[in-house]
Amino acid sequence: MYDIASIYQATSVADAIRALQADPGAILIAGGTDVLIKIREGKLAGCALVSIHELGEELGGITLADNGDVEIGPLSTFRDVTYSPVIRQYIPVLGEATDMAGGPQLRAAGTIGGNVCNGITSADSASTLMALDAVLVVRGPAGERKVPIARWYKGVGKVDLAHDELLVKLVIPRENYAGFTGHYIKYAQRSAMDIATLGVSCLVKLSGDKQTAEAVKLAFGVAGPVPMRAPAAEAAVSGLPIEAAIENIGPAALQDVNPRTSWRASREFRLQLVEELSGRALREAARKGGAGV
Amino acid sequence: MEVGRSIPRVDAADKVTGRAKYTDDLCPRPVLEAKILHSTIANGWVKSMDISAAQALPGVVKVLTCFDVPDLQYPTPGHPWSVEKAHQDVSDRKLLSRRVRIYGDDIAAVVAEDEVTAQRALELIRVEYEEYPVMLEPEQAMAPGAVAIHDEHPDNILAKMDLRTPITDPRYENVEQVLEDETLCQFRGHYETQQVQHCHIENPVSFAWMEGGRIHVVTSTQIPHIVRRVIGQALGIGWGGVRVIKPYIGGGFGNKQEVLYEPLNAWLTTQVGGRCVRLDVSREETFRNTRSRHPISFDVAAAVDKQGRLMARSCTAISNQGGYASHGNAIVANAVTGFRQLYPDQVGHHSTAYTVYTNRPAPGAMRGYGIPQCNFAAECMMEDIALKFGFDPIQLRLKNIMPLGYVDPFNGITCHSTGLRECILKGAETIGWEALRAQYKNQTGPVRRGVGMACFSYKTGVYPISLETASARMVLNQDGTVGLQLGATEIGQGGDTVFCQMAAESIGIPTEDIHIISFQDTDTAPFDTGAYASRQTYVTGKAIQKVGAQFRQKLLDYAAELFPEAEGLTIARRFVTDGAGEKLLSLADLATTAFYSLEHSVHITAEDTNHCKENTFAFGCCFAQVEVDIPVGKVKVLRLINVHDSGRLINPALAAAQVHGGMSMGMGYALTEEMKLDPKTGKLLNGNLLDYKMPTAMDHPDLTALFVETEDPSGPFGNKALGEPPAIPVAPAIRNAVLNATGVAVNTLPLSAQKLVEEFTKGGLIGHV
Repeated sequence: MYDIASIYQATSVADAIRALQADPGAILIAGGTDVLIKIREGKLAGCALVSIHELGEELGGITLADNGDVEIGPLSTFRDVTYSPVIRQYIPVLGEATDMAGGPQLRAAGTIGGNVCNGITSADSASTLMALDAVLVVRGPAGERKVPIARWYKGVGKVDLAHDELLVKLVIPRENYAGFTGHYIKYAQRSAMDIATLGVSCLVKLSGDKQTAEAVKLAFGVAGPVPMRAPAAEAAVSGLPIEAAIENIGPAALQDVNPRTSWRASREFRLQLVEELSGRALREAARKGGAGV
Repeated sequence: MEVGRSIPRVDAADKVTGRAKYTDDLCPRPVLEAKILHSTIANGWVKSMDISAAQALPGVVKVLTCFDVPDLQYPTPGHPWSVEKAHQDVSDRKLLSRRVRIYGDDIAAVVAEDEVTAQRALELIRVEYEEYPVMLEPEQAMAPGAVAIHDEHPDNILAKMDLRTPITDPRYENVEQVLEDETLCQFRGHYETQQVQHCHIENPVSFAWMEGGRIHVVTSTQIPHIVRRVIGQALGIGWGGVRVIKPYIGGGFGNKQEVLYEPLNAWLTTQVGGRCVRLDVSREETFRNTRSRHPISFDVAAAVDKQGRLMARSCTAISNQGGYASHGNAIVANAVTGFRQLYPDQVGHHSTAYTVYTNRPAPGAMRGYGIPQCNFAAECMMEDIALKFGFDPIQLRLKNIMPLGYVDPFNGITCHSTGLRECILKGAETIGWEALRAQYKNQTGPVRRGVGMACFSYKTGVYPISLETASARMVLNQDGTVGLQLGATEIGQGGDTVFCQMAAESIGIPTEDIHIISFQDTDTAPFDTGAYASRQTYVTGKAIQKVGAQFRQKLLDYAAELFPEAEGLTIARRFVTDGAGEKLLSLADLATTAFYSLEHSVHITAEDTNHCKENTFAFGCCFAQVEVDIPVGKVKVLRLINVHDSGRLINPALAAAQVHGGMSMGMGYALTEEMKLDPKTGKLLNGNLLDYKMPTAMDHPDLTALFVETEDPSGPFGNKALGEPPAIPVAPAIRNAVLNATGVAVNTLPLSAQKLVEEFTKGGLIGHV
């Protein structure tokens, strides 16, 4: 039994914003796979909920815009993302990442918007969205604003979203995915139903002859308090022959990350994973792009 | 033959369709909900408690605290009660405790109209504590000046034992001299196992009410008759004043061989006028406040002669008992005994064991009862001896395993049958041991493969350490079918199915004609101590065999009344036949006649107790093939094969299922499972099924269960223990396979990824960190 004071079913995005404005303590709930756990743990016990669960028409759907940008409705579940023809055709790495969250039940309920808005460093979609430089469209009483994902995360569990604002769209600009292939490695203690000890997402754009890594993007989850890019590693290996890039990206990434020791895993262990898995992710990404590595 | 058939489980259809009733399915609604307040310190006292705000909350029926409970200490383990005071279980717990011994100890309870109200009331209780330092490890608790966790044991040592087998070689006076003999190969080792939990699907839920002046409790337990006794002891009332009902349960694995919250719930209903109270504990509470597997550290020494014979060994084991005695020293006693028995030493053996109170969540019985721990030590040791002195690991084991006819020098348990040698050879052949060991020599590169094995012995039931008794009742139905009633319990292992098969075999009718009453009601179920120690197929099986023979004779006697001329009466294919095989009448007609005869009406029934005074050893082994991804510390189990000698199999398909489950449990023990505690506060950090890493379906290889069937002369149908054994040898087999793959010997469980990265770094396989 969950200790919930009230739940309001919003009828539209505007209605949800009004409801949030009316109750400064209200909690927004979509798929519920994070919020319900917090209620059960007592952290949000007795809370008032504003549900956007039924706003699929406004907040669902994954489409290719006229300009080639991929637009993802935040209410899309992990499963929706994974099985979206648009994602499969244009950004398969994102669908592969969302397919690694939890188990089948969670992926059918949890949403990509929730995954981004809860601000957790281990979120399975987050490192790939970081590597893709996703743009988050946020709507509040004053209208819409766009936030590059690089400026989204403010701290553990904190994102650039006011109480009365809603994430209404995730945009992957065409230039950020076109020509790139990617690979996401979720390193966890077991093969399903787990949270990442380290998440590594790597995108690579190969030269025409598939010999050179012209551009490399590398992002991590759980390598720091929030999902992060690895600019030093990217700079160090972009333009290198692909084998050299694979060899160098891991050691270079150690300059970018700052994992902590917790009871889940030590800093040293996570650093070893960063070093080892960065190269593995780049190798797989390059293979998908046709490199013979 | 009904024994030996792979029939489907008798409860299969009901369970897969959701028709089978478990405790919570039976709970009347609305019902009062109880919730427990847990301490936020690990060691100390509750000085005072302010419950006024909680009591004032609308919907709260009653708030009860550690200051209100009866001043009675009671024992909780599911052992048969001993009538000898010296052998009785340790009584070290009250229903709610002022003395806080673990983080999350039970200090108060709220009874309310609904769960949310009860939960909110808990938040309103204010507690003032006096705090002592937290001691999670035996070294801390045994240190001079450490605070006594229980006053009865000022040094925090619950028990210790020191056992030496007689020395058989006149050249030596004691084991220590053998262990210093420089002409022998000498080995020393230290191995440690971790605290893990059973993770049965159904948390321990119960509901209790008063009726007819008695307390009635429906609960998820393995041991209904023992629950009745302990409730009586905890409340200080006659045991007959308590009625316990056990429906189907969602697993127990030993955790429900403990009387957990039933006494508290029984008391709560007496405090609210006998209204029905439901006490459902969450998964988090199950992790923290119910039992687990003891962490045990082993210091071992062995002297081996040049031929690879174990001349002598010593084993010192320290068992971390946590805050409450539970099964106490019995677990580590079993561990050092099991360590000794698998390989009887040529000259002598010295065992030392300590059970130490600490502030950990208290461990208790868990599948294997100390043997998975000692088996890790024993089988790592054998592997390490083989490697160190150049023996073949399989030959070393074959040279030393318990022989047929072995008699334990202390408890007299005898090896009546053994197929262990055949198990080992079968496992080796199935996995392709020789070829793989050759193939895996001199590997390089980041990903390497290895193969390892381990074997075990396990006794069957608890005789002669404790009482073994079982009763059965058989009742004829009007159509010639038979009702079977037992005190032995179905806990998911398939007990009911094999009980039916054994009853059918004993009477001479098809299993389909046996209707078992699965639920135990202590008011009506015959006495049996329940499901634990892999005992029921053996001990209860003997009772079924005995009563089945009596019942069969009663049928034949009644038939003889009807056919006074006939000779050589027997039962075959649902008919009574004579010596010539002529059908005289169907059992259905016999039954109807017996019920309604105007000459001689009788309800044919049989009931008896079998006091079992026998025991025997089951055996088996595990072979594991692994792939180790060295830079990231990942072990992928490619193949897992268990081979068991459990005597004759009553139901081979169910036996294989039992083995699969045990292998899975062993895999988690080997690789990922561990209860992690904050050393500062004593708080359990990963008490949920996300952070506690039980392997998922995707982490398993195909599990292969094989058998070597022996005919055990002491078993009712040639059968021996099988319930617990499958979980025993898996962890050392996997550890030994990782050793084979990498050359790195990991001597503590689990072989978690981080630990492997650390060990591989130490071993020079990883260069950077």
